[in-house]
Amino acid sequence: MTVAAIPGPRERAGDRLFRLTIAGFAGLVLLVVLALAWQLARASTQTWRTFGPAFLWTSTWDPVGEVFGALPFLYGTAVSSLLALLIAVPLGVGSAVFLTELAPRRAAEALMFAVELLAAVPSVILGLIGVFVLVPAVRAVEPILGKTLGFLPFFRGAPYGVGLLSASLILAFMVLPYITTITREILLTVPRPLKEGMYALGATRWEVVRGVSLPYARSGVLGAVFLALGRALGETMAVTMVIGNTPKISASLFDPAYSMAAVIANELAEAASDAHLSALIAIGLTLLAVTVAVNGAARLMIYRLERR
Amino acid sequence: MKLLSTLLAAAVLSAPAAAQVRSLNGAGATFPYPIYSKWFDEYQKAKPDLRINYQSIGSGGGIRQITERTVDFGASDGPMTNQQQFKVDGKILHIPTVLGAVVPAYNLKGVEDLKLSGPVLADIFLGKITRWTDPSIKTLNPEAALPDAPITVVHRADGSGTTYCFVDYLAKVSPEWKSKVGVGTAVNWPVGLGGKGNEGVSGFVKQTPASIGYVELIYAKQNDIAYASVRNKAGKFVKASVESVTSAAAAAAKNMPKDYRVSITDASGEAAYPISTFTWLLVYQKNTAGKGAVLKDFLRWMLKDGQAMTAPLGYAPLPDAVNAMVAKTVETIQ
Repeated sequence: MTVAAIPGPRERAGDRLFRLTIAGFAGLVLLVVLALAWQLARASTQTWRTFGPAFLWTSTWDPVGEVFGALPFLYGTAVSSLLALLIAVPLGVGSAVFLTELAPRRAAEALMFAVELLAAVPSVILGLIGVFVLVPAVRAVEPILGKTLGFLPFFRGAPYGVGLLSASLILAFMVLPYITTITREILLTVPRPLKEGMYALGATRWEVVRGVSLPYARSGVLGAVFLALGRALGETMAVTMVIGNTPKISASLFDPAYSMAAVIANELAEAASDAHLSALIAIGLTLLAVTVAVNGAARLMIYRLERR
Repeated sequence: MKLLSTLLAAAVLSAPAAAQVRSLNGAGATFPYPIYSKWFDEYQKAKPDLRINYQSIGSGGGIRQITERTVDFGASDGPMTNQQQFKVDGKILHIPTVLGAVVPAYNLKGVEDLKLSGPVLADIFLGKITRWTDPSIKTLNPEAALPDAPITVVHRADGSGTTYCFVDYLAKVSPEWKSKVGVGTAVNWPVGLGGKGNEGVSGFVKQTPASIGYVELIYAKQNDIAYASVRNKAGKFVKASVESVTSAAAAAAKNMPKDYRVSITDASGEAAYPISTFTWLLVYQKNTAGKGAVLKDFLRWMLKDGQAMTAPLGYAPLPDAVNAMVAKTVETIQ
């Protein structure tokens, strides 16, 4: 598809060479992904043979007894990423609207610079901030949350500070700049005549944002959200520093949890037995599958939105 | 054909070895990395045309790489299991180099010298003892002002030789630990938070009141972390130090197996610190292309000059009896 050439009388040799070369480049990307999946699948066959698909929904992780189940890691990755989006999407879209529609131009530029700077902070640095600033703060806030919202199962338990809540907050910080930057870029492409027409009819700013800008930018914003989700799913360093690294599933956000990327990073170097190594690679394959599925879902949703 | 290859092999073996070998590559344990890099540095000063590269990728990685012969020597904090040795094509020697210890680090305001016994430590990490006011802790520390607070347990999240040494000790003193959790570089922890690396564990312990974790002795010393004395087999409370660790090794030296694959946790002896361990270099007995001679020369140097450099970095040197034994083993390397 990418090589669909413009119909012309005939192709010259140079053009042909160029077309084939870049087609090769494009094909290489696909090849790398396939090779990656194949390699992961091959190296994890032992796990799939021993545990079958039940690997995905059992929750014991015992490197000594060589019993492995990926559910706690799937759970930790999914919950922390989704919670991060829940926090970051309103903040990111809101600040993008502010930056394009409301803020004075100079202030907007300065703020945008700050947002882009946030995107450039290495994740291990964010992790350090997480450990030394966020975690103590969360530990101080958790008893208050427990007292006021403790009737919900999400806010119960001992206030360790490290856990799902801290991990979600750190992830929200990390994906926020992506959502803000992309949403702003898209909002800037909303045709002026559309907005001016609304204003001419006496619409308020809120009505313009809600009635014109956001619907126009809808698919782009969705793309930004999924890009952010992709980033959150794969984030390793900052998460492992604050999530508590405990492969247990519990409803409370206060409790320590684990993520797929974190367990691979933590245990791979010292995985002495073949079964352990194979299980970690199986987790890698699962993570790849989840990421591909999320991206596929994003494509599908954007495609549908655009058709409407 | 067979004759040809024999001739070739003979030619390679009889070639002037040391002049050809320009570099040795090794990989493995992170725990002895500071002393190893010091050794390689010093040794290279004496042998300017030799380079020794060492990647501290972890004991598990070291074992895998030496098994596949992608490195000239490996390094591990835990001995290779029989199953792991079975996969090796050839014979791998365990060469003990230095000793280390693991200490229970805690965060209790106003408690200067916490005393713990092995079974109590195991029960804390099993989640059976959950409060600091538990009678079993109180009887060991009658004078300490223990807080009436739940115990927050912190352990390593990454696979580690430190974990191996610690749980190896717990398994020796607690049958329940042995059957429920077992021994490994990573285990299925019954309770607690996981911190990444010594710094992750000590970070959580420092931040969380009423918590307990475990870190390497050197790390605890360098970072001024409070750590508990542990009751040894002789019934004495011993605080980890270079001396008490060497003493544990000396006690074990009496019945040292020939392959040095020995755990010295829960060692006997009045002054022995019970959570101590050797760390090993893994080398093939038969090496290719003159590398054996180079390895042998380095190991000889390590046993003589190298041992004197250990104490300033916080490692315990090999006891003399063990050193003499290892020196003989080194001579068998080809």
